[in-house]
Amino acid sequence: MNFFSRHKNTVVLATVLLAQFLVLAMQVKRQTAEGPVRLIRLLTVSAITPFERLFIYSGESLRGVWANYIDLRSVRRENLRLKAEAGQMRLERAREQEDARQARRIQALLAFKEQWIDTTVAAQVIGTSGTETSRLLYLDKGAKDGIKPDMPVITPDGVVGKVLGVYGETAQLLLINDPSSGVGAILVNSRLQGVVKGTATGELQLNYIMGDEAVQPGEALITAGGDQVFPKGLPIGTVAKVSMGRNLFLDIKLKPAADLNRLEEVLVITAQKARAPDTTGLGPIRAADILAGHLPGVPQTPPPSSPQTPSPSAPNAKPVPAAHLPVPGASQSPLTAKPQTKPQTLTAKPQTVAPKAGASAAKPQTAKPIAGGAAAKPTGSSAAAPKAVQPPAPKTATPKPLSSHTDGSKPKPAATEGTRPQ
Amino acid sequence: MRAMNLSYTSRDQVEVYRFSWLLSVGLPLLMVALQAFMPVRLHFFRVFDFGLLLTIFFAVSRRSQLSGTLTGAAIGMLQDGLTHTPFGVFGIAKTLVGYGASSIGIRIDVENPGSRFLLTFMFYGIHQAVFMAIERELMGQSIQFNLGHEAGAAVVNSLMAVFLFALLNRFKIRD
Repeated sequence: MNFFSRHKNTVVLATVLLAQFLVLAMQVKRQTAEGPVRLIRLLTVSAITPFERLFIYSGESLRGVWANYIDLRSVRRENLRLKAEAGQMRLERAREQEDARQARRIQALLAFKEQWIDTTVAAQVIGTSGTETSRLLYLDKGAKDGIKPDMPVITPDGVVGKVLGVYGETAQLLLINDPSSGVGAILVNSRLQGVVKGTATGELQLNYIMGDEAVQPGEALITAGGDQVFPKGLPIGTVAKVSMGRNLFLDIKLKPAADLNRLEEVLVITAQKARAPDTTGLGPIRAADILAGHLPGVPQTPPPSSPQTPSPSAPNAKPVPAAHLPVPGASQSPLTAKPQTKPQTLTAKPQTVAPKAGASAAKPQTAKPIAGGAAAKPTGSSAAAPKAVQPPAPKTATPKPLSSHTDGSKPKPAATEGTRPQ
Repeated sequence: MRAMNLSYTSRDQVEVYRFSWLLSVGLPLLMVALQAFMPVRLHFFRVFDFGLLLTIFFAVSRRSQLSGTLTGAAIGMLQDGLTHTPFGVFGIAKTLVGYGASSIGIRIDVENPGSRFLLTFMFYGIHQAVFMAIERELMGQSIQFNLGHEAGAAVVNSLMAVFLFALLNRFKIRD
């Protein structure tokens, strides 16, 4: 006898109950700490994720035993290689620290606000949506770990996606190559802005770049920071292919910076803070400096009252941005500062003008903006180019004026070359 | 040889099977979980649709349109639950597959590997066609159709079906 015939009443009852349950579950939204969630989705995720956790952790344990054995064998060779690499990186770091100080100082002068990654939570990928069309991953961290919807998710390589749904101990990660995702992006070289979206086949493409723009394959792409999800400056990928698309826009295919098909561990950015860059230890920043940074450049003409005014026809006299002109300090006016009027022969002893970074921080109040004795006693910093005094033309040698950096580009004073901290 | 007898004229000639409740509920859960987990480590696993294979297997084994419909709906909704798309996308597609597979199971022999391969190949195509129609017409998504990829996926799923169905035959209970 057929099963349904034998248990007809039970089946009908179960069917009716199931149908009502499904309809109800689809309508009802359960209120959680992270907002309303459909009951049926909550139940489905709760039923599936224990299996995924079991698979992933048992696999990890087995693999860990084997990996530990293998690792021991190569750890000595690896250690030597890493030591050499660490030494190389220390040198790199020292050089880049100087550049970073310089950049932060310039940003501070222009009152830039930056978005900083404050805290992150490391999470492991424990599952996928199981379909090719939905680029969704499941993470082993959820609301209990402080994860909330719309938090950006990254790897050391670059942007991966954002948190979509959050459950107690699980969260959904929507990858950037899903058709429903979108990331505000900037092309690093051309500074063109567009929106990165996924396609149905899992590719990444940059949208809304006009057809008459020049975009070259290989150009890097970073987050624009305007979408209120991703902090500015995170790598997204590089341009792989450019062709003319429809509707006057370019069809730009991208190669993602992170391997979106082989994600195992990711970082969820749980807190971002918009704050002014940290300039402690970089010397005093005065209101006059900030104002001076925004003023247009003026010709390099010393004050006429100076008794040692160099000739206006001094060689290589070029316009100098206001930021490089003598700025009235808190304790010293430009008129009373003798060094302002004293020519400085930078080319005679270029090394002496470039002091060690942070030197001015030692005496922030007494640091003289006018480097009268700079040639003999360096007090400024190469990073302090906006505040550095533009030397008038010397009497004895051809001057090399400091380059102007009103465009925010990295200042490279001629006098500081060769004096970078080693 | 029974494999050569590809069509039936009466339902009485057809063998009808049933499965334990544990298997009926646990196997789809297990397979869908496996399908969600495996691509994390083995990317090519994304191409398999175990939900579809189970829908076809249960439908042709039970040979009941009602059962096939409900099984397809349940497995499809289960898959929908793991995506971020609305419920019903996979549900509708697999409901139709379940109904169609059980209807065919009544009429032809689906016990030999060749017919299982062809059946799965055909229903994979139907499933994808329905899925794309829903995505395009109901959800307004611009889904691109890649014939080569879909054909390859159909072959791979059909091959998997041949082995999987042979394995699952052990759990059949003759009604």
